[in-house]
Order: sequence, then structure tokens, then C-alpha cells
Amino acid sequence: MTTEPTVTLLTGTGAGPDSATGTFRGRGGRLGAFIVRRLVRLAYSVVTLVTVVFLMVRLIPGDPVRNALGINATAAVVEAQRESLGLNDPLWTQYLNFWKGLLTWDLGDSFSLHLPVTTIIEQRLPATLELAFLSLALVLLVSIPLGIVVAALTRGGRRPTVDLAYTSASGLFAVIPEFLMGVALVYFFAVQSHLLPVAGRTDPSSYVLPVLALSIAVAAGVSRIVRAEALTVFEQDYIRTARAKRMSRWRLYFRHALPNLVTSSLTVAGIVLGSLVAGTVLIETIFSWPGLGLTIVDAVRSKDFPLAQGIVIVYGLIVLVSNLLIDIVLVCLDPRSALKDT
Amino acid sequence: MAVTSMSTPDSALAGPAAATAVGEPMPMAVSSRRRFLTVLRSPLGIGALAALMVVAFFAVFGPVLWGEAARQADLTQLSAKPSADHLLGTDAGGRDVLARVLTATRLSIVTAVLSAALGVFVGVVIGLLPTIAPRRLGRLVNSAIGVALAFPALLLAIVVSITLGVGATSVTLAIGLAMAPSYARLTQTLGASVTGRDFVAAARILGVSRARILVRHVLPNVRDPLIVNASISAGTALVAATGLSFLGLGVQAPDYDWGRMLNESMGAIYVNPAPSLGLGAAIVFAGVTFALAGEVLARAFGLHRPSGRRRRRKTTGSTAASPVPQVAADPVLRVRGLRVEAPRGDGWATPVRGISFDIDRGEIVGIVGESGSGKSLTCMAVASLLEEPLHVTASSVQFDGTELVVRGKVPGRARSKSLAQQLGTRLAFVFQDPSTSLNPALHVGTQVAEVGLLHGGLSRREARRRAVDRLAAVRLSDPARRARQYPHEFSGGMRQRATIAMGLMGEPALVIADEPTTALDVTVQREVLALLRRVNREHGTAVMFVSHDISLVASFCTRVLVMYRGAIVESLSTEDLANGRAAHPYTRALVAAVPHMDADPGTEFATITEGAEFPLDAVREGSV
Repeated sequence: MTTEPTVTLLTGTGAGPDSATGTFRGRGGRLGAFIVRRLVRLAYSVVTLVTVVFLMVRLIPGDPVRNALGINATAAVVEAQRESLGLNDPLWTQYLNFWKGLLTWDLGDSFSLHLPVTTIIEQRLPATLELAFLSLALVLLVSIPLGIVVAALTRGGRRPTVDLAYTSASGLFAVIPEFLMGVALVYFFAVQSHLLPVAGRTDPSSYVLPVLALSIAVAAGVSRIVRAEALTVFEQDYIRTARAKRMSRWRLYFRHALPNLVTSSLTVAGIVLGSLVAGTVLIETIFSWPGLGLTIVDAVRSKDFPLAQGIVIVYGLIVLVSNLLIDIVLVCLDPRSALKDT
Repeated sequence: MAVTSMSTPDSALAGPAAATAVGEPMPMAVSSRRRFLTVLRSPLGIGALAALMVVAFFAVFGPVLWGEAARQADLTQLSAKPSADHLLGTDAGGRDVLARVLTATRLSIVTAVLSAALGVFVGVVIGLLPTIAPRRLGRLVNSAIGVALAFPALLLAIVVSITLGVGATSVTLAIGLAMAPSYARLTQTLGASVTGRDFVAAARILGVSRARILVRHVLPNVRDPLIVNASISAGTALVAATGLSFLGLGVQAPDYDWGRMLNESMGAIYVNPAPSLGLGAAIVFAGVTFALAGEVLARAFGLHRPSGRRRRRKTTGSTAASPVPQVAADPVLRVRGLRVEAPRGDGWATPVRGISFDIDRGEIVGIVGESGSGKSLTCMAVASLLEEPLHVTASSVQFDGTELVVRGKVPGRARSKSLAQQLGTRLAFVFQDPSTSLNPALHVGTQVAEVGLLHGGLSRREARRRAVDRLAAVRLSDPARRARQYPHEFSGGMRQRATIAMGLMGEPALVIADEPTTALDVTVQREVLALLRRVNREHGTAVMFVSHDISLVASFCTRVLVMYRGAIVESLSTEDLANGRAAHPYTRALVAAVPHMDADPGTEFATITEGAEFPLDAVREGSV
């Protein structure tokens, strides 16, 4: 019962355990308080993100405008451009204007595409979100059952050959970076067999290769974590209790073990989501996927810093907001995880 | 490890491993050197060393040996397919791809190693700040690290290259800075675990300065995990740098690394896939090399425990070693020659050595003995619940008239559906620790109802109704509401009642209660015992009650089996036990060890001396 004192510490007011019955009062209130706390933390993270991106672009030595216009531009032209972008204002003014722009959803115009940055982002965002979340879904759908099944097969040192085969195969897949996986998939499915399309985002079949390329390494890695967790869960007393009821293996693993794995699996999902989102940058380039990744690479290459910085902030928001959502789902599934939160 | 983020599954794995390692103080002892050599001589160590030497060789000598060939353009062979002259073909400029791949090793590896080193350096400096800085600043740094960690490293690197421009230097800086947050977090976690320990507290009390504590105590203890992770990170950095170059954001012409070459060869993959595949192989090889090196270092530093492989025990004939009890008319449990073996070190231990006993219907039998005497294993074994690697043999185990032994062995699970149903409904279990024996993720009602659903042929709703009824039967107040709660909302005694209710879903002929009250306080203990007694009275259920508390057994049971080192050394009625008619010296010693209320407060407690030996031969039982 080590969690009980924590509750009182967290909620402060009488929502602690009722000592007579050991129950908690104000269950809905706790969830609400948790969400509020998380929203505050999100706000804090967003401020940090925006500030860091703002400072990095402005404080790191190097002049983005000079970069963009090239060494042949005259000092006067560069100066005029800096002036019109407000880069000559004091840092504080720039910072406030940056926030004002962000809150009114106006991030200036792209140097290279001559369109408002926000318009470009709105056009390209859906493609990237699709790619990232389809991959996340695939990762979870594959790695959790795979991890549990392998753990079930190899628990207690059983089937050393399965263990060895799985450990080596998943280890190998986990270290193959997604862009190389992309190259390999292009080679096998387009160069060798012309089975699947490799460029663009058209019909459903065009999703197959990009999603696979993005998911395989992550799924392999996550399944290893799920397996390790599952092996721990299988050792627990309540699994012994369940076995004493004489149920099928299927029911034992998926009804009794799985719910105890969901928490850790989803926590891992939150961690890998970041790498999936970042992975879209490379995958979009390989498969000419018309998303934010393709756009940001072009923006950096053509030194279009307003566009690049806008997209980076959007990427950051995607990661932060999805992590918040995952945390909320976690608390709904397992109310105790709200207690572990500090 | 995935390309793009430091928070990859593998480094997530490395994290906890590293953390557990610092949990215990790491003695900088002589043995560490030996372990290092042992690990290096293992196949993994040799493989990693060889791979590292290959990578190092090409990084050092690649440009020297193949640099010239890599520059030579053969204008008659542009984008040629592989041939004897050009094993991987030529690029669009007619240059030999293989020579260029080997030449590019240096730039690719140097970029990776430098950025990993930069990341470790910056990360360690930032990560040590919370340890030595004033608390407020420390907390601020801490949360900044947290935000930076949530942000994918590749994107951080892209932000950096927005302002630094593209090129090899800015890629190195970008990746190094992008890796720093994860090292900051690692250092800070490790540092915090060290500063919390006694010797640091002692140093602080002695007036040692913070800086000195840092250098003398914190750094040496975080060093090993950092080196391991740095090695793994070199692989991550390689992949990230290659990725950036592949995107055209890294190394620029006329320089080339693997990433830029891959970018060029991808355009021609339909014409000539060989360069792309060759480059892929080179990148994966180098990446795996760094990962392997990290694994070897982790083992050498003792951060990973090698996974022990278990062996299977060949079935051997088992003989009943202990006396065979007189045959009762129709016992609910009849055990003959039960033997449990477990792998230990190189051989096998025998925690239960061929025991035989009967439990009559409606009888309450206690099993006593010190911990490690084989009581719990016996319970699990007769219930057909022990699995590999434990090895359970017996000449006969009959439960409720059904033989459980198949070919000399007691299997770990019911071999047929009807047997599963019989065991599930006629045999109930109450385990020692109610805080862990209920599933924390399922409603109590669901867990209680399950047996009815599985074996009682009840519908979901009927099973639920019966579960609520059973919870009421074990005197839980407001059972309908309780059924919808999770185990963590129950007190210990309530959980144990719920476990008993679970057993009462069927019509149990036997309840095996394995130290059911050890984890409970005395009042709750009495309630649980009263409940078990009521079950025994009302349903005629036999109880096999395991305890190390001989006075508890004497008051609760009708007969006692005394276990010592895996054997039943005596079986006697509690009446005989109470009247001092115990025959076996071990039983007498157990009785003598019970403190008495009327004893002179000055006398010392009688104890069983550590290492005391008692005969394993059983005493013939008297009247039951």
C-alpha cells in the first residue's frame, strides 16, 4: 500500500484513502485534477519549445538572411531584408512579436514558396499525421502481441532456439535505420517486383511501403521491451492465481497478463512516437510523400528559415500533444498511474 | 536503434540496465579487470573487437588506399552495373563505387564519433548541474532537459542546421547538441542515485566541497554506464549523420560520406541498385559494430546480467522414500512419492524428497516447517501448478478420486478439459500475500466470477451475480459495489476474503491455503481463519493449511505434518502435539521455540540454532 500516502500528498485535500474502507473518494475529481496538471505542464513545455526554437535561430552564430540571399547579395539588400523581417529589433520585441504571430496563426511568408507559412503547414500536415499515426498503430498492433507470444514461448528459459532466433532477428531489425529500410523496401517491392508504388500519396497501396519502412525498426525494438515486461508479469503472483483457475493459455496471457502490460507498452509508445515523427522526415523524402518532412528539407536546403522554424514548432506540438493524449489514455486505463505522476 | 531520436527503444533498454547497476555500489576491484578479459574472450567480445578493427582499419587507411581510385573517373563507364573491374559498379561520374564507399568510411565514422563525443561532453556538463547547482537552478535545468528529451533529436539537428547552414561541421555540431539532452538526463539520474547514497552523505558531513564530491565520488560511479551509452550513441550518431547527409543537409560536394552517396545512388536505383545496397550494408555494419561494442562494454562493466540458460531434467524413476501412510477410505488428496527437483548451479537440488501423505475429506491438516522446507512447493506440486524448469515426479497424486500423475510426472497444467474443470472447481487456493495474488488491472468481481464463466457453464451475467453472492458469503459489506472495485481499493484482509470467495465459486473439496495469514495483522488473521473454518464446516471442504507458525497450526488444525528439508518427518494429531507427545527432535525443537506468555520474562527465547542438523528419517505416525 505504498501508493496511498502519495495520493494525499498529491491532491492535498481530503481526497486521500478512506482509512476505514480503503477506498478513494472523488474519483472523477482526481482525473480532472490530473488533466489540469498535465495541461499546465504542456503549456510550460510549449513555451520552452517556442523559446528554444526562437533563440536557436537568432543566437546561434550565422545570419539566416545572409544564408538565404547568398554571399553575392549586397550588404544593403541583406540589411533591408533583416529590417523587414524585424531581425534588427531588440530581442525582446522580436520574441513578443513571435508569440503574437504564433497566437494569431501568422508565421510570416516563406522565402522560397512565397506563401504564408501557415497555409503551407495546413496543406502538408495531414499527410505527415497519417504516416506517423498509421505507423504508431502498426507498431502497437505488431509489437505487443509479438512480445507477449515470444515471452510466453520462452519464459523460464524454455525454447532457447526461439529465444536466440527472436533476439537476433529483432536486434538486427531494430538497428536498421528507417531510411535504409526504405531503400531495401524500394529495392524489393519496386525494383525487383513492381508490386507496390514507391512515390506519392495516392491510393491505399501507396501507404504500404512508407508505413512499413517507418514501423519495422521501431516495432522490433518495442517488441523487445514488451517481451521483457511480459516476462516480469508472468512471474507475478496473480498469474499463479489465474493459473490455479485452469484457463486456456490464450486467456491467461491476453486476459490476465495483457492489461498489466498496457501501461508500460503505452509509455513506450509515447517514447517512440518522437522517433516516428522524426522518421517521417526521411521517409517522406524517400517516398516523395507530400508532408511536412519533404517541405522542411526543402526549406532548409533553400535556407527558407521562416518556413523551417514554423514546421519545427509544429513537429514539437505534435509530439507534446500526443504524449499528453497518451498519458490521459493511460490514466483512464489504469487509474493508479495518475498516482505515480509527480 | 532508429535513426532519428535518442529516445529509441534500445537506449530505453540500456537506461534501466544502467540505472540498476548504480543501484549497488560498484567496487572498483581487481575482479573487474578479469571480467573484462573474460568478456573480451567470449564470442561476442571477439566479434565486436574484430568488427571494430575492420571499421577502424577502413576509417584510417580507406582514403590512403582507395582515395586515388575513388577520384578516377572512367568516362566510358557512367553509372555502370557491377563488373569485375567495378564490384559495385560506377556512379554517374564514372567513378568506382566500392572505392568511394571505402574512402567515405573515414568521414562518416569521424563525424559520428565526434558528434557522440560532443553530445556526451555537453550532456554530462548539463547533467551534473542539478547535482551541484543551487536547488532552484537545478530544478529549472531538470525540466528543460525533460522538454528537450521529448523533442526528436533529428528535428533538433535540423533546427541547428537552419542557422549554421549545411555541411560536415554543422552536422557534427547539430547531432552532438541534439544528443546532449539524453546524456544530461542519464548523468543526472545516475548522479542523483549516487549523491543519495551513504558515502556521499558522509563526505558531505565531513565538509568535503561539492566540487570535490563531484570529482571524487559522483564521476567515477557514473563513468561506466556513460561509456557504454557513448559507444551505443556513436552508432546512433552515425545513422543520424548519414540520414542528414542523405537529406542533403549534411556533407556537401565535393566531400562525400555514405549518406550523400546514398542520396545520389537512390536516384539511379532502378538502373543500378548495387551501390545503394552496398552503402546500406556498410552503414548497417558500422552501426551494428558500435551497438555490439556497447553491449560488450556493458557486460564487461557488469551492467548486464548474462541471461542464464535453464536445462531440462530428464525424467527419472521416482521412489517413495518416506513412509506410506495408512490408507484412508476415500481421501480427498492422496500423495505418494512426490519429488520436486530444481536446477541449481551445475546440478539439481531436491527441495521436496519423495513425500507421501493423505488428506481426508473435511479434514483440516496443517503443514509446518521452517522456510525453505518445501511446504509451498508441495502445495503447488499437488495442485499440478509447477512448471519447467522445476521437475515434479510422483508415483501417484490422486485428487478427489482423479489421478494427476502422467508417466511418472505431475504436469504443470491440466491435461484435459474435464480435469481442468475438476481442478478449477473442486480445488481452491489461498496464497500468502494478498497484495500480489490478485490481478491489479482487473475488477475484483471479474476475477471472482471467472471460474463460473470458465467451468460453471454460467453466462457472464449469472457468473457476476454469483460472484457478488460469494463476496457476500465471505462477509464483505456492500458486495455489489466491491465487485466493481480494483484490488488496490481493498484492504489486505478484504483481499484475502475475495480470494476465498474466488475459491467458493465452485464446490471446493479442498482449499490449499499457503500461509494465508502471514502477511496480515493478528485481528485480520483471526477473521480469515474463522472464515476458512466456516467454509470447512458448511461445505465439508478439506483444508491444507501451510504455516511456519506451529502454535497457529495447533489451534486451527486437526492433524499436523511436519516438514524438514523436503521430507515429512512427523505426522501427528494436534492433540498429541499439544500434549507434548511429539516424537521427532525437529518437531520438539519447533514446539520449544514458541514463546509462552507465562514464561519468566528473564528467560531467553528458545531458537533453533543456525545450522542445527536433525535426522531426516520420519517417525512412524501414531493415531490420526
